[in-house]
Amino acid sequence: MSIFEYNGSALVAMVGKNCFAIASDRRLGVQLQTIATDFQRIFKIHDKLFLGLSGLGSDAQTLHQRLVFRHKLYQLREERDMKPETFASLVSAMLYEKRFGPYFCQPVIAGLGEDDKPFICTMDSIGAKELAKDFVVAGTASESLYGACESMFKPDMDHEELFETISQALISSVDRDCLSGWGGHVYIVTPTEVTERILKGRMD
Amino acid sequence: MPSQLLALVKLHWGLKSITSNGVVIATEKKLPSILVDETSVQKIQILTPNIGVVYSGMGPDSRVLVRKSRKQAEQYNLLYKEPIPVTQLVRETAAVMQEFTQSGGVRPFGVSLLVAGYDDKGPQLYQVDPSGSYFSWKASAMGKNVSNAKTFLEKRYTDDMELEDAIHTAILTLKEGFEGQISGKNIEIGVIEADRTFRVLTAAQIEDYLQEVE
Repeated sequence: MSIFEYNGSALVAMVGKNCFAIASDRRLGVQLQTIATDFQRIFKIHDKLFLGLSGLGSDAQTLHQRLVFRHKLYQLREERDMKPETFASLVSAMLYEKRFGPYFCQPVIAGLGEDDKPFICTMDSIGAKELAKDFVVAGTASESLYGACESMFKPDMDHEELFETISQALISSVDRDCLSGWGGHVYIVTPTEVTERILKGRMD
Repeated sequence: MPSQLLALVKLHWGLKSITSNGVVIATEKKLPSILVDETSVQKIQILTPNIGVVYSGMGPDSRVLVRKSRKQAEQYNLLYKEPIPVTQLVRETAAVMQEFTQSGGVRPFGVSLLVAGYDDKGPQLYQVDPSGSYFSWKASAMGKNVSNAKTFLEKRYTDDMELEDAIHTAILTLKEGFEGQISGKNIEIGVIEADRTFRVLTAAQIEDYLQEVE
């Protein structure tokens, strides 16, 4: 059994018109047993930058703590927030440092860059970056998520339509995956506000 | 200790000034003999494509610092895939210089650096001293004739200067304390504009500016 499937996870990020959405499931399991139904997989780095970490829960938490540490020091030194592209490069470098003993995580990075242009990317557990213009997915439900996003996604959706789309894509995909689910956590980020919503789906 | 530091800084000099759309740094290039091939000597060095530096003091010491700074800038670029901001590079270079004032078995660097760069915050100028302290300037001079040069700059400098004016002002300031005939071969000028590319002017280009100043 793969270590990436030990805890179960589902992550998706989508680009809209001057906004982005990032969503995750809420289950934390130990193989077949469900341990928690409120597990946090998406973390705020700063008001316009969010990081989602799928895969092993322990590595997700540790990596998040280390990245927050690096970002705080960056903020103190450079007196500004990190741009999403820069943050993605940092995550990639940190993951590759552990090339022969990696973090078992697949990150999803979503943020608003220069002029509030939405930026999303994902990478594998050793830091191979993949930029996308529309959506990125990660986790045990990723195959279903690819299908759902591909069919439901439209470019330039406003934040309300984006919320509907990403929620539908997430719920329908985790329902096909026994290791992820128990609701959803959706963040919609525009240049002026961040909206956090909890989804209720099939609680199994 | 302070007097020892002063003695290490030799009497060459450089100056720089910032404009609304760029930075100019200039220095005299005093060669020990007319037999020296002046094209082999370059006091103004590039640290990154958008940051340049000139020194006043001991040439070999400046070469060590330039080498270290270039590496630090490139390490930043490798990590963040972004050019290093001028303030960050200056801070790291200054930290190296400070280290050498507090470590055992080493002596402080016998140079003062003038760092000129253009990044997201716009054109910037910094002076870094052997102690490791650094200052941001709109216009500054150091080395030989520094007090006269600074007075001259105080009178001549305006916040909304154009780059061409700044180059002329730099040349005039250098001319004030210059021994002998100023020419494209015995001064060096480095310029960075909104295109964010640091370049050292050729002798021919300097001659053109010298003629404009006459």
